[in-house]
Parts: sequence; C-alpha cells; structure tokens
Amino acid sequence: MFGLGKSHTNSLRMDAPQPTSLLDIGAQNVIGKPLDRYEGPLKVSGRALYSAEYVFPDMAYGVLVGARRGAGRVVSIDAEAVTSLPGVIDVVTDFKTFIRNPGQGGETEAPTQGVEEIVYFGQVIAIVLAESYEAARDAAIRLPVEYEEAAGRFDFAAHKHETDVPPENNTPAHFGQGDLDQAMAEAAFTVDASFTTPSQNSAAMEPHASVAMWDEDRLTLYGSYQIPTKDAMQLADALGVGKDQVRIVSHFVGGGFGSKLGIAPETTAAAIAAKRLGRPVKAVMLRQQVFDATVRRSNTEQRIRLAADAHGRLIGIGHETLTSNLPGEDYFEPAGIGTHFLYPGEHRLITHDQVRLNLVLSGSMRAPGEAVGMLALETAMDMLAEQMAIDPVELRRRNEPLLDPEKNVPYSSRSLRECLDLGAQTFGWDARETRPAQRREGEWLIGMGMAAAARSNLLQSEEAKVRIEPSGRAVIETAMTDIGTGTYSVLSQIAGELLGLDPRSVDVRLGDSDMPASGGSGGSWGACGSGSAVYLACEELRRQLAKTLGVEPGAMTLKDGLAIAQNKSMPLAELVGDGIEAMGAISPGKQKDAVTQASYGAHFAEVAVNAVTGEVRVRRMLGVFAAGRILNEKTARSQCLGGMTFGIGAALTEELLHDGRTGKLVNRDLAEYHIPVNADVPQLEVLFVAERDQHSNPLHAKGLGELGISGAGAAITNAIYNACGVRVRDYPLTLDKILPGLPDL
Amino acid sequence: MKLFDYQRADTPEQAAASAVAPGTRFIAGGTNLLDLMKLQVETPERLVDVSRLELAKIETREDGGVTIGAMVPNSDLAADPHVIRNYPVLSRALLAGATGQLRNKATTGGNLLQRTRCYYFYDVATPCNKREPGSGCSAIGGVNRILAILGTSDQCIATHPSDMAVAMRALDATIVTVKADGDRRRIPMAEFHRLPGDRPHIDTILEQGELITHVELPSPPPGGRHAYRKVRDRASYAFALVSVAAVIEVEDGRIAKAALAFGGLAHKPWRDPEVEHILIGQTPGKALFEAAADALVRDARGFGHNDFKIPLARRTLIATLQDLTGGR
Repeated sequence: MFGLGKSHTNSLRMDAPQPTSLLDIGAQNVIGKPLDRYEGPLKVSGRALYSAEYVFPDMAYGVLVGARRGAGRVVSIDAEAVTSLPGVIDVVTDFKTFIRNPGQGGETEAPTQGVEEIVYFGQVIAIVLAESYEAARDAAIRLPVEYEEAAGRFDFAAHKHETDVPPENNTPAHFGQGDLDQAMAEAAFTVDASFTTPSQNSAAMEPHASVAMWDEDRLTLYGSYQIPTKDAMQLADALGVGKDQVRIVSHFVGGGFGSKLGIAPETTAAAIAAKRLGRPVKAVMLRQQVFDATVRRSNTEQRIRLAADAHGRLIGIGHETLTSNLPGEDYFEPAGIGTHFLYPGEHRLITHDQVRLNLVLSGSMRAPGEAVGMLALETAMDMLAEQMAIDPVELRRRNEPLLDPEKNVPYSSRSLRECLDLGAQTFGWDARETRPAQRREGEWLIGMGMAAAARSNLLQSEEAKVRIEPSGRAVIETAMTDIGTGTYSVLSQIAGELLGLDPRSVDVRLGDSDMPASGGSGGSWGACGSGSAVYLACEELRRQLAKTLGVEPGAMTLKDGLAIAQNKSMPLAELVGDGIEAMGAISPGKQKDAVTQASYGAHFAEVAVNAVTGEVRVRRMLGVFAAGRILNEKTARSQCLGGMTFGIGAALTEELLHDGRTGKLVNRDLAEYHIPVNADVPQLEVLFVAERDQHSNPLHAKGLGELGISGAGAAITNAIYNACGVRVRDYPLTLDKILPGLPDL
Repeated sequence: MKLFDYQRADTPEQAAASAVAPGTRFIAGGTNLLDLMKLQVETPERLVDVSRLELAKIETREDGGVTIGAMVPNSDLAADPHVIRNYPVLSRALLAGATGQLRNKATTGGNLLQRTRCYYFYDVATPCNKREPGSGCSAIGGVNRILAILGTSDQCIATHPSDMAVAMRALDATIVTVKADGDRRRIPMAEFHRLPGDRPHIDTILEQGELITHVELPSPPPGGRHAYRKVRDRASYAFALVSVAAVIEVEDGRIAKAALAFGGLAHKPWRDPEVEHILIGQTPGKALFEAAADALVRDARGFGHNDFKIPLARRTLIATLQDLTGGR
C-alpha cells in the first residue's frame, strides 16, 4: 500500500453527459485492442493464488456441516462423537453469529444470521476442524446431530397462490401504466402465454472458500468474493466488530456469476473457528455445499401479454411474474426488469410477486432479471411474429421506441436495430424457413431462431489510486476484483492509454478491501466503474505532469513512457521525481434518471432437433452486441461467449431439482447439474457494433458481462420451434418435453 | 474419507485371497469408488489395489474371439483395431461413456462394477435401500427422471450406468473371475448383474473377494451390423436416458440374427429374448419393429418423472432397427 493522504482526488458525479473522452485522444493506441490477459501467465502457470490455495503455518482445516432437515431446529450436536477421531480438533458453532443465508450483492450489513433454526436443507450449522482436510470431512459427515423437524414449504406449485409483494429492488415490484386489459381487447394481434424457468446455480468452477486469520483483533480473510469492500463490511457487522477490523483479500476469483456477491456461510464459520482456536482456519465448501448452501437463481412463473396493432407495433405489454425466496428475505428475481424499457406500448403491467419457500436463498445470478425474463418475453415476441406472419427480426425493427415508454426520457445510446441488421445479414437469416419443420437432414430437423438482447447499464461508486513510480512504471490500486472478466487487462489498458505507457508497464493490484473502495464485480458495472475511477486518477496525473512541464494538459502528448510538449520529450521517470499519485472517484448522478441506460444486442441460433428422440444440439450461434466503447476486444468477446454458453444451458439443460417432500436438492454436483460441456457448445461468433455512450461514464462504455446471456436462450427456443414445430414454454427444453410433439416415426 | 488400509496385490490369486474379509474393496482406476468414498457412500475398511496386475492385455484367441484383461483402460479397448473391426458396438459404447480423461483411467473390470447414479444413492443424508438396506427408497415418490422403468422392485428403481456393459451384454460376453479360494469361474454376462428385488444393495453375483480377471468376447458375429445409440441430456458427460446396443444380421432379406441390449432402463443391462424372437426370421419393416418395441416396453412401469422413457425407448429401438436394416 503506498502513501495515503498526499494524493489529490479527482471526483466526478455523473450528473451531466461527458461529451469528450480522453481515451479518444490518447496516443498509446492500446484501448480496445485485443490484448492477451494481463494475468494470463500467472493463471496458466499456477502462480495465481486462489483463496483455497493459501496455506499458513499451524493452519487448521475446516469442513462445514449442513443440516439434514429442510425445516426445524437443531436440538443437539454430539461433538464428542467425532473429536476422538484421529486428527480432529474440535467442532465449532455459534448459533447466533453463524450466517444462515448468504449476503446479497451490494449490502453492507450482516446477512441473516442464526443457525439453530433450520430453514432449508443443507443450511450450515457447524464447522468441524481438523489437522487435515480429509479428517475434517470424515468427521463432518459422521457428526451426529439431533433435530426437531418442522413442516416446511418445499413445493412451489403447492404454495404459488400464497404470495406477497416484495419491497422495491432495482425495479419496483409492481408497475402499471394505462389499461392493459383494454389494450388486449382492442389489439389486432395478441399473445397471452405463460412460461416457467427452474431454479439455477451459478456453478462457478471455484467453490466458495475462506482462509481466516486473526492478528490481535483484526481479521484477514482470504475469500473468493466479488465485492471485497462491501463484503468486509458485511462480515464485520456479522461478527460484531468494527469495519476496520476486517480485511478481505480476493486477488483471484474463479468465477462468481453472482454467487460470490455477498458473504456465504463459510466466512463466519472460518472467522469464528480461527478466533476460538487461535489458529488460521481454512474452510472450503464441498461442491455439494456450493449447491446446497450458497445462492440460487429463483425459479419463475411468468405470464406475458402482448397487444399489437395491425402493423405489429406494440400498444400494450404485460409481464407478470412469480418468484420464490426464503421467508423474510427481501430480494426477488426481477424477471420483468428488461421489459420496462425494451419495447414500446402505452399500456403496461409488470409485476413481481414472491412465494415463500424453504429452499436455499435466491439471489443474483448472471443478469438477474433479464436472463430469465427474456426467455419468456423474447419467446412471446416470436409467437407474435408467427401469428402476424412477419419476420421476427422485422417485428423487433418495428418496435424500436424513440423514448423510454415509461419514463419518457431518451435512451443514452441504443443500437439494437444495427445489431439486428448486421446479425441477420452475417448469419444468413434470409435462409430461414418461415414455416416450422420444413428442413430435415436425415434424422435431424433444422431450424433458426433469434432474439433481442438487452441488459440495464448500472454504475456504482468507485475509487482507484494510480501512481507513477520513479521508475516510470504506473501502479493501480483498487478493491475491485477480476472474477475472470478481464479487469486486470482493461485497467492496465486505460492507464496505459492515458499515461502513454505500454500496459505491461502498469502494475494492477486488485481485490483487497484495504485498497480504495470499489463496487466490485457484479451487474456488469465493474469495468466501467473501476475503469472510470482509474481514468479520473490518470486525468489528474496528466494535469500534474503538464503543470511540471509548464503546459496545458491538452498541449502534452504521453506516449511510450515519454511526455512530449513543445517539440521536446522527456521520460516520465524524470518528470515524476519521487513519484506522483492521484485518486479517482466516480459516482452515479442525475444521468441515471435523465436517460435510460442499457446495452443491446441480437442473438441468432441454428439448432438441430432429433426427430426420433427430441435431443437438441445447437449448431451455431451469432451474437451481435453494442455496449458503448469496447475496452479490450478479446476479453469482451470472451465475456459474450461465456454469456451465450450460459444461454445454451438455460435453454436446454440447467435445472436445480428439489425433492418436494423434504426440500432437499438432489442434483448437486457437476455430473448431474447439467451445464453445457464442450460438445454442447458449437461455433459461436461475436460481433460488436461501434458505439459510444457519453451518458454512462467518461469511458463512453457500457456494461457487457451479462449482455451475452440476456436473450440467448430464447433464440435457441425459437430455433427449436422453427426446426420441429414444438413450442415448449417450460424451461429447460429437455427432450422429454419435446418428444410428445414430434411426429410418429 | 474414513481411514482405510491399503494393500497392493502382486497376483490375481493373491488379490482375491486378500479381499476375502468383509469391508474389503478392490481398487483399479478409482473413477467411481474414490468419489463414493469421499462422500462416504462407500466406506471400505481395506482397499486392495489391483491396478498393477498384469491384466492389461487384449488378446485374440484362435477362435477369433478376444480376451480382454480386466485392467485394460476403456480408452485402449475402444481404440483396439480388432475391437473396432469386429466389435464396433463395443468401441462405440465405450466412446459414448464419460469423458476422455475418465476413459483413460477407468478399467474394463471396474466399468462393469460401477454403482448406480441415482441421486439418492449418492447422498448419505437421504434413505436409500441400495446404500443402507432397509432404510427405504427415496426415488420412488421423489425425483426419478433418470431412473429405471424395467425390472424395478418396490425397494429400488436404480439403473446401471455403464455403456460398455450394455454392448457386452449384446455381444454375449463372459466374465472370468478368480475367487478368494483360488477357484476360477466363468459367468455369462446375462447372469452377472442382478435385478434389485428385495436386496438392491447387491449389484452383481460376485462373492466377497472374487476378482474379475478377464472379459471374453465370443468370436465375432459374421456380417452383422452394429450400432450403439445413446440418448442423453447433453452431448457428452451425461449418463444414458436410454441406450441401445444392437447387432443385426440380415440374410436374403430376412433378419437372421438380432442381439439387442438396453441401457438406462434397468438395474442391469437389459436384454429381452422375446424382442429378438419377434424379429428373427422376419422381413424388416416398420410394423415388425413396432411389434418388437411394444414387446420391449410391455412390462415397463414409469414412476412419474421417468414416464417419458417408455416412448423414448420404443422410438429409439425402432429408429435403430430402421437404421441397421434399411427397413421402413
């Protein structure tokens, strides 16, 4: 950590548009370039340390114990039955302090605590400590626990008529405008269709893991988390200590997808055990526990109503949703969030009602809202196009609103039409048969489908510190994380562009709550937010350099480690003396409401459906996206490929299966929770449409990480219908649901 | 993982003798057993490591058949030129199973002894008659989409997960073993795996300590056409919902021989003599195939989520027969 206090802070609140961006006048020419991953060599050589890989002298190994009841109470835990086993140290629990439900993203207070009461099967109730991981796991499985069982609410279908209205959360639970029923009655064309999507798990490759160690009264926790700044606050509040007494370090995160936004039960278990034992404690969740006791994306039941005039222009749109969560939890899956701004229509009804279930916490998973909402909305749009006998691309083109249909404000930037047109042309969309089940190759029925992509653009408050060292190298520090997204790379490129440095001359230090505060990785805001903070710090450093040179910043060019002004050039190393540093800080402002901000795109898919078995194989997909300035074409493309792959899983295979009698999750490993494997992912192509957004941030970029999943699955669903004429509205579209609609052999 | 003793065997006879005590398990590739031990679904007191035994050869006998050592990795067996040429159904079944990495480790003997993939068997927090006799079957009335529709009992509806074993069943393989007392025996594939009945915890007829040393394939069926068709939820790394191993020979426009075995339907690789009887001697055609498929599922029983397997098995069989005979 370098010197605090002497750096000037360059702050910007996004109250006004930023018509110019220094990234357009930088001379280094690295922004947007498809550079290899900054930390790639560390990862492929095993030198990037993930949380579970930290080892400290005298460290004890902890394995969590999950409740074997779906509802009830822990009566007693027979620790003595296992502490006599070789290598076992102790069984630790704290009925009051242990986390019961993981934290939600962005919260700064403790999540729900208290584990004596059991509210879902697999809820963490204790941790077993041993001298080895194997001994701890053995004892954790064998630990005798006495329960008092209570009746639980495990079955969504049985309870779906008992709902409550959750509090507002990014989007209001209920929104109405005009009279949708009337619009439906008067419309030339209507669609009224219901859909279901199952609960899902992020299934990140790296399990949740915490290594906790206390130094006097200060805790350092090496944990796999997306938002160290706020997660440290959650943990401090949970443990009842001061904010400055907890430090979370997350230098590398092996995938999060929302499941690591807030702290999970292994954090408090490791921290409390480490305190009791006076030793460092490592607690890594078993793969099954990641499924049982972290976070799921809620299942949904969605009703879509579309009312269109004779030309296919929407005059009304309805999106009524049911989701589920634990009793007392505020979060709801905002399945209708994209519907607010994607299409026009004066008459609107978008609702979210919650069913209370005793199943593991539901929270954010990649593109909360859009990912599942667009599976329904974009399938309904396909149904409308079919009913009107017009091309689905054309239907979307006819429904491009000039203003946000609810807020009546302009869009900050919106290139959906460009994405649709480029996509249709590149994909060869005109070869699509307009009627279903027309193209057959042997046993395989071939079809094409498309869907729009949209994902809200968000901004968090972010800080970053940038220093130019006496050597001329730059150093960036922020508590922002890189969860595989490319943060290290894009921040080095932004600083490189603005300071005239090869990005390899920029050291990026991330993922430490002791560093400048960050909103972390989540909601696709990471690159724009932390990138803007780095931008602002660099802008201040440019001013300082210009001042030293005695010129205006605009009269100075920074390139290849040199400052060039008035026909003279000087190495940065000579200019900065003992080094200079600056802090950048960005925060959301009036632009949040003055314009509607979102990223857009278009998905195209070609699938093959086996006419005998109903098996679906995706043959190719194209995603065309516009998300403002692209900061690194390679990592951006990878984000989109990953999102589209998620879309394949959402459409075809992913589903958490709960036993309706006990609430027990039964498919809780990667053999039985089916995410797409390589053989399921065909040729995927990604194209970007050039765009700048001056309302979003000084980078002129928008969020991208969740855009690729939004709508992707619906393109596949629509392609399946085009291939075989079977329209399944209950996700995932496994073969058993397609089979009944297939023709006789 | 519970602590266990570990011992390495030098000869098959020694391995068998070492494993006579209850609670002893053989370990070779470990691709299934180790997972089960970590979860404490299996808690052996002792492991006898047979992976170094000299049983990793594939030998062609004078009668043209092959003898496969129990330690032959699945990958090697699938890639063996003689197997590819004369027993393509076996090669294809092997390649349809698991992943490249697992096939490199998994052995021929171990593959036959895989345990079921029933969700509840894998989870010690739930009752399961196969894991804990008498505790009850959670799958009946629970989540059972992947489970059996044939040969089930009211105590267990698990399926056998192997693809290789299904092909071996169609090929009338023989399992060669050595028992703890040194005796050898030859077990027809038909008798090797059990149906669950009221003792679902017992998968095969092997005795404690009995070690598989070889699998013998009879001389290859001349002129037969082979197919292994696996229907699954994703393109790779998923167990069969339904699979069909088929060897069909057509002579003078009539089906001369038919060997049909099925995976994903039962506690063992399923083969029904009546299905084959219906086909043999007949002219290939849709009505005939439908009659055979009807016979296959005549006694099938679904448990809710897995009801779809009945029409799926039917359609898969018909399509496979159409494919192999050209009969429409």
